[in-house]
Amino acid sequence: MTGIPLATSFWQDQNFLDVLYIIAFALFIQGLRGLAGPTTAVRGNRIAAVGMAIAVIATLLSPSEGNWGLIALGVALGTAVGIPAARQVKMTAMPQMVALFNGVGGGAVFLIAWAEFRRHGSTYGSHSVTIVGEHTAFTVTGGGAPTYVAIFSVFAAIVGSVSFWGSNIAFGKLQEILPGRPITLGPAQQIVNLVLLVLAVAAGIDLIAGAHSELLFIGMLICAALLGNAVVLPIGGADMPVVISLLNAFTGLSAAATGMALDNTALIVAGMIVGASGTILTNLMATAMNRSIPSIVAGGFGGGGAVEGASGAGEHAGTVRSTSAADAAIQLAYASRVVIVPGYGMAVAQAQHAVRELTKELEKRGVEVSYAIHPVAGRMPGHMNVLLAEADVPYDQLREMDDANPEFQRTDVSLVIGANDVTNPAAKNTPSSPIYGMPILEVSDSQSVIVIKRSMNPGFAGIENELYYDPKTSMLFGDAKTAVGEITAELAQL
Amino acid sequence: MILASILTTNLAILVLAGFVGFVVISKVPNTLHTPLMSGTNAIHGIVVLGGLLVVGLAGNDAFNKIILVIAITFGTINVVGGFLVTDRMLEMFKTKPKAAADDSEKDGKR
Repeated sequence: MTGIPLATSFWQDQNFLDVLYIIAFALFIQGLRGLAGPTTAVRGNRIAAVGMAIAVIATLLSPSEGNWGLIALGVALGTAVGIPAARQVKMTAMPQMVALFNGVGGGAVFLIAWAEFRRHGSTYGSHSVTIVGEHTAFTVTGGGAPTYVAIFSVFAAIVGSVSFWGSNIAFGKLQEILPGRPITLGPAQQIVNLVLLVLAVAAGIDLIAGAHSELLFIGMLICAALLGNAVVLPIGGADMPVVISLLNAFTGLSAAATGMALDNTALIVAGMIVGASGTILTNLMATAMNRSIPSIVAGGFGGGGAVEGASGAGEHAGTVRSTSAADAAIQLAYASRVVIVPGYGMAVAQAQHAVRELTKELEKRGVEVSYAIHPVAGRMPGHMNVLLAEADVPYDQLREMDDANPEFQRTDVSLVIGANDVTNPAAKNTPSSPIYGMPILEVSDSQSVIVIKRSMNPGFAGIENELYYDPKTSMLFGDAKTAVGEITAELAQL
Repeated sequence: MILASILTTNLAILVLAGFVGFVVISKVPNTLHTPLMSGTNAIHGIVVLGGLLVVGLAGNDAFNKIILVIAITFGTINVVGGFLVTDRMLEMFKTKPKAAADDSEKDGKR
């Protein structure tokens, strides 16, 4: 009655394991629902983590499990790398971190597909008619992976590999190991990309059809790897939010494909949800830049855009008004409403804490302060929000673009810190501008504008910003952190 | 027959999961998109299951064992690192009431 043997067999029953997987993916979904708001989000993330623990336990319980030494080794190595990385990463470095984690996921996917191919890739394609002719009918049910397994494995291998290499390049660019500017092969780029894609897919089809060649599989992985490099290298820094989101979607879809190949529901659901998330974010980012995803993937922003921008620049030269920290402090002190517009420059200068101090000083004087955040400000979706949250800026002071724009008209001073293209009125007024049509934060609607910027160099897109030549605008040149610190100091003395 | 039904069942799950994903993720505000990305990083770390399953099966040679250990390492980095860093970030987003310091200390001790 104590039934230890019974219990053991129950725990290893496939139905029981399947139920565990179902609980796991239900917890993932419930956990992600928590991300709908900041108060429920922490709990949501923990619920998803519990789901993950259940899924791992279910896998370890499965009767075919073995090689415990190798499993322990992999898990120990992963934990040893993962925990310190997660603990120590700076919030300004989050885009790199996410890119790296994306790549690591894609890497796991293509390695698993490769191992699976080496185990029974020789049976790909043999499930179909060919083998029926050669062998007895019983071989059909017993022999070979079904064609769909081969299809999903090959898909996972290609997409996983593209994601791995693409993410690593994105990481390199964000970490500034590689130059952030687009690196292209010029007009040949798109042809090269297309050839690589066709080669990888052709190799994949050949493998599915039954070419039992590991060399071909490796060739396919190499083509996919080169494609990953070739797609991300030409993409400039400002397009990074789109790229990271897209790679996120790729990794998710490749994980879902692995789940299809291995008949594992938890993998299918989790991978697909990540795929959906990445797709939604990619679309949002592309919309917020008024650019189509194919045009971003096809080539960097640098090229044509910069040339057009440069030609438009001449008209404005010489009408910029520069200001000092002391004047800016006075201007801010006598405002009743101030909106702060942060951009990547704030992240680079690690100025978020200084900005928070400035806000506190202003609030002491009864100035109403809020933050207007463009969806593509920074290097990944939501980048600015994380930095400001780190500096303890209350969540309710953060405004999304659509809520912020109507408020600029009753704003006395807009303080633009390290943001450029997302405030450029050319996006609204100049049809010839490469960013025309991109939704912007309409800071020029406010009574006056102070822009903190290191120099007059145009942004990543290489486009002059008309805002800087507006008579309402004054420029405070300098590093964001230093400049904001100086304004705060001046305010304290007023 | 049986194989076909596994395929179609899984395809149904795949499609439905896609729709559920779209609905759930659409509700996440822009403000939380960075934690969303790192959270989904953690969730796609679920590929670690694939590594764990395949490494346990018979017929893995030495090379397979090496790449599978790397795959398990990668997946674990995703899971462990992803959930931890997301937790760290989301803690910062929590709205802190007036007595925030006291409360959080009590929470920590419980």
